[in-house]
Amino acid sequence: MWERKPVLLCVLATVAIMVGTIITMVLPFAWVNTEADRIEGVTPYTALQQEGRDVYIRDGCNNCHTQTVRPLVPEVLRYGDYSKSGEFVYDRPFLWGSKRTGPDLARLGGKYPDAWHYKHMESPRSMVPKTNMPDYGWLSDNQLDPQMIQRKMDVLGFPYTTEEIKALEGKNEMDAMVAYLQKLGSDIPWREATETTIVGDLKNPFIDAGQTTISGWASLYVENCAACHGPQMEGDIGPELIGDDYDDEILFEIIYTGIADGGMPSFSNLGTDKVWKLTNYIRHYKTDGSQ
Amino acid sequence: MENQTYNYAIVRSFVTWSIIWGLVAVLVGVIVSFQMVDPDLNFPPYLTFGRLRPIHTNAGIYGWGIGMIFATFLYMVQRLCKVPLWSDKLAKFQLWFFNATIIASAVTLLLGYTTSKEYHEMEWPIDVMVVILWVVFAINIIMTILKRKDEQMYISLWYMMAAIIAVAILYIVNAAAVPVSLFKSYSAYAGTNDANVEWWFGHNAVAMVLTAPFLAMFYYFLPKSTGVPIYSHRMSIIAFWSLIFMYLWTGAHHLLWTPVPDWIQTLAMGFSIMLIAPSWGSVFNGYLSMNGQWHQMRENYLVKFLILGITFYGLQTLQGPMQAIRTFSAFIHYTDWVPAHIHLGTMGWVSMICFASIYYLVPRIYGRELYSIPLANLHFWLILVGQLTWSISLWIAGVLQAGMWNAMNSDGSLTYTFMETMVEMYPYWWARAFGGMIYLAGLIVFIYNLYKTAKKGGAIAAQATVVEGRA
Repeated sequence: MWERKPVLLCVLATVAIMVGTIITMVLPFAWVNTEADRIEGVTPYTALQQEGRDVYIRDGCNNCHTQTVRPLVPEVLRYGDYSKSGEFVYDRPFLWGSKRTGPDLARLGGKYPDAWHYKHMESPRSMVPKTNMPDYGWLSDNQLDPQMIQRKMDVLGFPYTTEEIKALEGKNEMDAMVAYLQKLGSDIPWREATETTIVGDLKNPFIDAGQTTISGWASLYVENCAACHGPQMEGDIGPELIGDDYDDEILFEIIYTGIADGGMPSFSNLGTDKVWKLTNYIRHYKTDGSQ
Repeated sequence: MENQTYNYAIVRSFVTWSIIWGLVAVLVGVIVSFQMVDPDLNFPPYLTFGRLRPIHTNAGIYGWGIGMIFATFLYMVQRLCKVPLWSDKLAKFQLWFFNATIIASAVTLLLGYTTSKEYHEMEWPIDVMVVILWVVFAINIIMTILKRKDEQMYISLWYMMAAIIAVAILYIVNAAAVPVSLFKSYSAYAGTNDANVEWWFGHNAVAMVLTAPFLAMFYYFLPKSTGVPIYSHRMSIIAFWSLIFMYLWTGAHHLLWTPVPDWIQTLAMGFSIMLIAPSWGSVFNGYLSMNGQWHQMRENYLVKFLILGITFYGLQTLQGPMQAIRTFSAFIHYTDWVPAHIHLGTMGWVSMICFASIYYLVPRIYGRELYSIPLANLHFWLILVGQLTWSISLWIAGVLQAGMWNAMNSDGSLTYTFMETMVEMYPYWWARAFGGMIYLAGLIVFIYNLYKTAKKGGAIAAQATVVEGRA
């Protein structure tokens, strides 16, 4: 038998290994990334975005961040619409990752304005005090190499124009990174599709809350709003909040659903209770002024 | 005096270099574990978590793991075939090319030249080096087997051959890429296909690098250490064929709930559960070989390492299939539970077997008995406690974070923001770093013991290896 025949043993072992390989690894090429997978609107990366992606790879962002949203309720609530195969056809390599030390980034594109990303990459802890993400401000010191990027685009077969390559002159790796992050998961109009509509009349449940109660909600503001609107609501990336005179209901709606084209993310995943608390905190702060 | 012709010098060199790379792996592991609790310990651009973590994993897998595979295979193949190596020159080349490859990997990864594919981060020029290295190794092993004097091939040789073939296929297919420059390439596959190929590679690297070769070592060094044969040759054969057949179907259990086609995920889940049988076939074979010999757990430190090693393998191969079930994966995947699982295998199973193999080889490659058995026992307890501290703290962390990620309010909203769940991890990450330090201390005791042995252990009779029975 094969116990005495090493060549035969090697051949049989190869056969044993190849069965599962062919069925689960080779065969799927017949379906995956074919016409059936195609999604309208999914486009290749621009030169700037692709370079940002390469910086993301170079610095190992994938060691802490994933890029796939699973079709599970808490996950879709936290990150957005679940990921579809056709969204990744231009990803070489894939960057789905395997560990979420930081949050998933598959639906990050369009969630925050560019300024948020610049500030956050420069100093993550200035916006999220307890994060363990390292500072990446040094990316701004590295100028892009348009010639190299053009070569990359040629190898990938992605379309580009000479103006586009010329425009890379003077841009740095931080610009590329932000451009890439803003593209993530935004090729399909999932945000519009999942936009929250508030049905029925809104009624502030904390209308009778006293000042001490409301002051106790400060941590909600600090954790969710201060990074953009400033610790004193004086405004920074987002506008100043003191002096705005929205009704409770309108303020609630803005926080809950966000302003898609204004850079304000939706905070619906905090739940109505917390959003009402925030509404009251901001309103109270504004009227009080001295808090 | 057939013994004289065996090439033990090359085995000694590989042992030495794998220990050096193992120390690097653990040291970098400890550093990145501190970076996770304090971001100020990142020193950009080179010394950041994102660049150091692949150096930790690859130094562990390729430096320590494959280095030890080279060391033990080159030893076992000579003893089991009862002939010297086919080519000593090739083996010498392999040693230096191995070190060159590992150094080149570490330097390029530090510079940020990476493909980002886990456990295969090295860019294409290094892939070429790895392939050359593996072919050289394969030729020497297979040629030695072909000219063997003992016609019957022991089970360890089967595992060796299967691993050599499988690793070659896995590595080359996953490496396929189009170069842009010397240090940058783009994967030949895109998106979902790329993910499926990568985890077909990734999971079977676990099978064919971190399992099959270490089973080969276990099946060889356990009977050698206890002095009694393995319980059942037939059981080892059945386990062998079912293991190498079933493993290749399971890669997609790393991709449950992703856009990879559902049927691939389902197959991966099913085969993962079936894999418990061959895995535990080897575990039972090990345990049953100890029938009437359990007293050796007290008396023989080698046996302690081997039996704890196979026990960790058993736990690993129960926990793994559990995680491969869709519902459980939905809960636990992407949390700190997963690194805890991996380190149970690497720090527990793989390293325990490596340590046992080295201790067994010491008198043969140094010509002296081990300097201190009490130190070997101290080494054992330090790595055991270090490993358990490491894994248990992160299992708790994983369950905690998964629970918080999934917690929902009665109005259907999420109870915690991502940051609220992350800050809860800090105490456990500290505990993990502490566990890693204990493990590192164990490793240093081990190295000290070997250093003392090489320097001035008592010489033993040179014929000791000759009089032992058949392989």
